[in-house]
Amino acid sequence: MIDRRDGVAAILKDRPDNLLVISGLGSPTYDVAAAGDVAENFYLWGAMGGSASMGLGLALARPDARVLVVTGDGEALMGMGSLATLGAKAPENLAVLVIDNEAFGETGGQTSHTGKTTNLAAVALACGFRHVLTAHRQPDLAVLKQVMLEETGPVLGVIKVGSGELPRVLPERDGHAIRNRFITATTNRKNGEKT
Amino acid sequence: MKAKAFSFAADDWRSGVFAALKRQNVQQMAYVPDAGHASLITACHADAEIESTVLTTEEEGVALLAGADLGGQRGVMLMQSSGVGNCVNMFSLLQSCGFPFVTLVTMRGEWAEFNPWQIPMGKVTEETFKRSGFIVYRADTGEDAAAMTASAVQLAYDSNCPVAVLLSQRLIGAKNF
Repeated sequence: MIDRRDGVAAILKDRPDNLLVISGLGSPTYDVAAAGDVAENFYLWGAMGGSASMGLGLALARPDARVLVVTGDGEALMGMGSLATLGAKAPENLAVLVIDNEAFGETGGQTSHTGKTTNLAAVALACGFRHVLTAHRQPDLAVLKQVMLEETGPVLGVIKVGSGELPRVLPERDGHAIRNRFITATTNRKNGEKT
Repeated sequence: MKAKAFSFAADDWRSGVFAALKRQNVQQMAYVPDAGHASLITACHADAEIESTVLTTEEEGVALLAGADLGGQRGVMLMQSSGVGNCVNMFSLLQSCGFPFVTLVTMRGEWAEFNPWQIPMGKVTEETFKRSGFIVYRADTGEDAAAMTASAVQLAYDSNCPVAVLLSQRLIGAKNF
């Protein structure tokens, strides 16, 4: 079993300049913020089920960037149809990382479908993702990082993590501020590359 | 992969809607199909400068076009009125963050409707949009549809707000079975 903060931190350590991250509501947002609160992160605090679709729209608009969606098993399950959409559209620069604690951790730890019968990596593969990988132990993270950041997308990774709650790391929650910060930073970077 | 070149039938008012989308530099189109949108969907797929994405449910399109905006592109979602209810919680993303958003909605359940199951959502479509913070236009003619589409994109993307254009069932024609 992997600690979720360690897992996300390992993927985002020394992140490349062209990496844009969208985090799903709840713990994935806290995990991404804990790994480094940078303007190239877009934190969701709601819109459950939408993170992968949002990543798709961003990936299509920014073929020069790598887009990483970090979400949980609960949100991925709610947006499971969007995995079919991602598979069909097949954006080469999009990766989805599911932090899978097999529970609805924010709401009392009720067992989720992944703690029963659903295998999200298998779902993604069946939807046409080019590569899927599940990390169960710390040593698996190096290969997972390479898949998330470098393999031709769409790719989906799952990190199996413990279900205990960690101290919350709360980034900005004003959506207007998050959007403005993201657009200002990434538009400048894009312009910077052109000059 | 792009489809073959496409041209609208001479009497298809959707050519005006498509021209408006092009003039307004719309680069992403997401949709759950409706027969009333069919030629517009085909035209978008055939256009090399528009990325068209078929969705499994309409709420995906709300999030997708928010992502497109983060990447600096304008978008539009095509759906029918029965899909509006699927989006309600996802609309909170637009209001919470000030995302621009445009959707063209073919109306069902209001004019010579054959299928009673279309009535409940058709009756509350406009109110659902308004309660979700949208500016709502309603087109009863092809000319209106083109002009309102252009205005909707400009308004949404210049003023960071969500706009819906309802294409009336009288304009589209009741579905024949």
